[in-house]
Amino acid sequence: MEAIARALDSDLAYRFRRSPVAMVAALVVVLLIGSSVFAPFITSQNPFDPGSLNLMNGFSKPMEPNQFTGETFVLGTDDQGRDVFATILYGMRISLFVGFSAVIFAMVLGVTLGLISGYVGGRTDTLIMRIADIQLTFPAILVALLIFGVAKGITPPDRRDEVAIWVLIIAIGLSEWVQFARVVRGATLVEKGKEYVQAARLIGRSPVAIMVRHILPNTLSPVLVIATISLALAIIAEATLSFLGVGAPPTQPSLGTLIRIGQEFLFSGEWWILFFPAMTLLALALSVNLLGDWLRDALNPKLR
Amino acid sequence: MDDVLLSVRDLVVQFPTRGGILTALDGISFDIKRGEVLGVVGESGAGKSMTGAAIIGLIEPPGRIGGGQIHLGGERIDNLSMDDMRAIRGKRIAMVFQDPLTSLNPLFTIAEQLVETIQTHLNVSAREARDRAIALLDDVGIPAASRRIDDYPHQFSGGMRQRVVIALALAAEPDLVIADEPTTALDVSVQAQIIDVLKRLCSERGASVMLITHDMGVIAETADRVAVLYAGRLAEIGPVRDVIKDALHPYTHGLMGSIPTLAQEDDRLVQIPGAMPRLTDIPDGCAFNPRCDRVFDRCRVERPDPMPHGTRQVACWLYDEQQIKAAE
Amino acid sequence: MSDVLLEVKNLTRTFDVSLPWLNRVIERQDRQFLRAVDNVSFQIRRGETFALVGESGSGKSTIAKMVVGLLPASDGQILFDGQAMDVNSSAAMTQLRSRFQMIFQSPFASLNPRWRVRDVIAEPMKAFGTVDGKAAIDSRVDELLDLVGLGASDAGKFPHEFSGGQRQRIAIARALSSNPEFIVCDEPTSALDVSVQAQILNLMRDLQDELGLTYLFISHDLSVVRHMANRIGVLYLGALVETADGKELFKAPRHPYTRMLLEAVPDLEMTGKEHSVVKGEIPNPIDPPPGCTFHPRCEFVAERCRNDIPVPVPTPTGEAKCFAVEEGRI
Repeated sequence: MEAIARALDSDLAYRFRRSPVAMVAALVVVLLIGSSVFAPFITSQNPFDPGSLNLMNGFSKPMEPNQFTGETFVLGTDDQGRDVFATILYGMRISLFVGFSAVIFAMVLGVTLGLISGYVGGRTDTLIMRIADIQLTFPAILVALLIFGVAKGITPPDRRDEVAIWVLIIAIGLSEWVQFARVVRGATLVEKGKEYVQAARLIGRSPVAIMVRHILPNTLSPVLVIATISLALAIIAEATLSFLGVGAPPTQPSLGTLIRIGQEFLFSGEWWILFFPAMTLLALALSVNLLGDWLRDALNPKLR
Repeated sequence: MDDVLLSVRDLVVQFPTRGGILTALDGISFDIKRGEVLGVVGESGAGKSMTGAAIIGLIEPPGRIGGGQIHLGGERIDNLSMDDMRAIRGKRIAMVFQDPLTSLNPLFTIAEQLVETIQTHLNVSAREARDRAIALLDDVGIPAASRRIDDYPHQFSGGMRQRVVIALALAAEPDLVIADEPTTALDVSVQAQIIDVLKRLCSERGASVMLITHDMGVIAETADRVAVLYAGRLAEIGPVRDVIKDALHPYTHGLMGSIPTLAQEDDRLVQIPGAMPRLTDIPDGCAFNPRCDRVFDRCRVERPDPMPHGTRQVACWLYDEQQIKAAE
Repeated sequence: MSDVLLEVKNLTRTFDVSLPWLNRVIERQDRQFLRAVDNVSFQIRRGETFALVGESGSGKSTIAKMVVGLLPASDGQILFDGQAMDVNSSAAMTQLRSRFQMIFQSPFASLNPRWRVRDVIAEPMKAFGTVDGKAAIDSRVDELLDLVGLGASDAGKFPHEFSGGQRQRIAIARALSSNPEFIVCDEPTSALDVSVQAQILNLMRDLQDELGLTYLFISHDLSVVRHMANRIGVLYLGALVETADGKELFKAPRHPYTRMLLEAVPDLEMTGKEHSVVKGEIPNPIDPPPGCTFHPRCEFVAERCRNDIPVPVPTPTGEAKCFAVEEGRI
């Protein structure tokens, strides 16, 4: 209880209450994440359980009763009678899962390499930072496509759908670790010169202990900011890859997959199949990004 | 009253924060006469730099002057517009900061910066301005000034840079120079040189100086009078010799005793218990009362304003007339 | 048991300050070396305070770092209680490390902002295993906090909740927690206000009396050194130019640089005595003057000083590196 009270009283909470943008963005993010987590309790239909679908419901317009069954779908249905609202909630689960996992992967990799690079210095530092530079010259999508291609080549066809999600996570994670590594390296260089680190060296603490126990906790606020902004980027990257057909498989469609499916119907007039998933993606990515921007300003204005 | 150059009356500076309004300066009053050097001392957070910033209108927002008046040569300057204030800064009031690098633009030569300052404020030709600049550099003790004037700031050592800053400050022949910790970043041997230059040039030109520092030794060497600040309030103000030799306010007294000196015998330093309160929890009555060894009931409830005592003013109830009578 | 706790012999440290290889080739520059510490020797006896005083660039902090093993020496030897300190031999160093500690200049940077005071103070105990068990460590932390004038209730707080002086007390408690005999104090009060400085200096002296500590005290402030030290070494451009007993140095300084430094200290007594103006500035340490490095600023300069490097000559309580002293001109 005491911890909660203190957190509510903190500078961060104060700044949060003073920023309408951050509050709205946080509300949208919480609503979207909450509704996708609790999707089974919100919609009666699981759109990926063929048993619960009725083909007769296909192409229902939003808010209008279906001409055959008389059922009404708030956001309409697609060609197979899936409720678009339900597909969005379930699709967002995949998007968020991939996004969070990729960011965690990138964070663990980037923070570790950044710490080592900054603390050890010398050739190790040069090596890690040159790899990071090389990584940056490839667009994220290209890296992802490359990994995706390799993975496709080495996995048997019947298991491709299973591994697709994990390949996505690794591909996106690998394209985003550099940011973490650079920021953590910079922070490590600053902290390393401070006297509390010298005090720890003086009593013979090992480099690993100093990095993990002393330096790491002091580099976490910029990491948190980058993690938030990376989450938005990861969600968009996932959508892009899925839209290109190299991401989440149709059996586990993410928001990107839904958009790809939806665009096939755009010119035949069924706009809602594309429009609503796209709007959701926009709202999610934008809110997470705004939250990240606010966090950056609130935690450390100098990062700007 | 004609010889008073700067007069500060009941100056209040406030910072609105989430916890309420912080009063960083609370009712500061003092005068600086023409040609006088006033030292302003205090510990970090006592409000010394804030006083300087308030006078030249450079308080960082959201801070603001919440009350009081500042007059320069009889003219009120605390309510001027930004543009009018800018005309006074540099021309009539000049600043010398702790870190000479922040006052010099690294991209321009010393000549360019000096000539620009001179021409902005004085109506002279470029040729004349350059000659003046060289003369100034010569005055502040830069060897081979006519050659070094075309160097960039990074080509000078710390002490030489501070000399250049002093030249820059004096370029427009200001009435008042506010020097904020001008020697803090320098070594003792260089510090002695800079103090010497500052003192000599200002007295030659008849400029007044407000010397802000935490170093009582620098004040002793330089100032005519000294103002001691504590927790945003004026504790004591008076001629340097009186304040140093025979401090009235218990805080000044403790402060003087806590300074190790070269002459003193090998005993313990006087120690004021505790620390200066944060601006968020300044005690009722006298701000110094919880740390004071001569505190009595009145100090805890009633706030003392500076009261005259001989050549000085001191904000302490010990020097209230009734108190003195009662003691007798 | 020998009387001497720390002996430093011919300690030297050079730093490579060359430009990167490519720049050197393009700008046709040679490698450049900075001799931050030049052949410094001194001894510190048990229970005394030895002070090194000098201006920026005099090498005083570099010596402090080498003494505690944070920086390897380029040349020379450091003997702690007769044992050579060898940064490369971890077994011998672990043994020695628990016997000395350091107090740093900045009370803001010397405490990890994310650690509670209890953990900060307990770290050396845990590292050396001097105290076992959580309860024993906690009670030792409380004891140490009390010793430095803080309360047991402060153990659960974070460093930012304290003022500069209080933080320096915490840093002192940490330094004491492994029961060291010897503490290197690197400008321990230069970041503090004078009234707080007085508290910390008094505390350090009390602790020395109580625990029988030996201090190496590094400072640029002559009056602080005057107050703290039994013996004083004056550094100029990395070299020890004069050593003497504390009182003697201030009463009868020998080396012209020491004289100049004393002259430059502002006079708080307001005796009104005239200062002779300090001459010149510290030369660039990368390219120091030949002969005696002080000769361009020295009022006693002779031909010899411009060419030959002076060797230490004995003075009543120490020694001075000066031809003028040697020849009896001072």
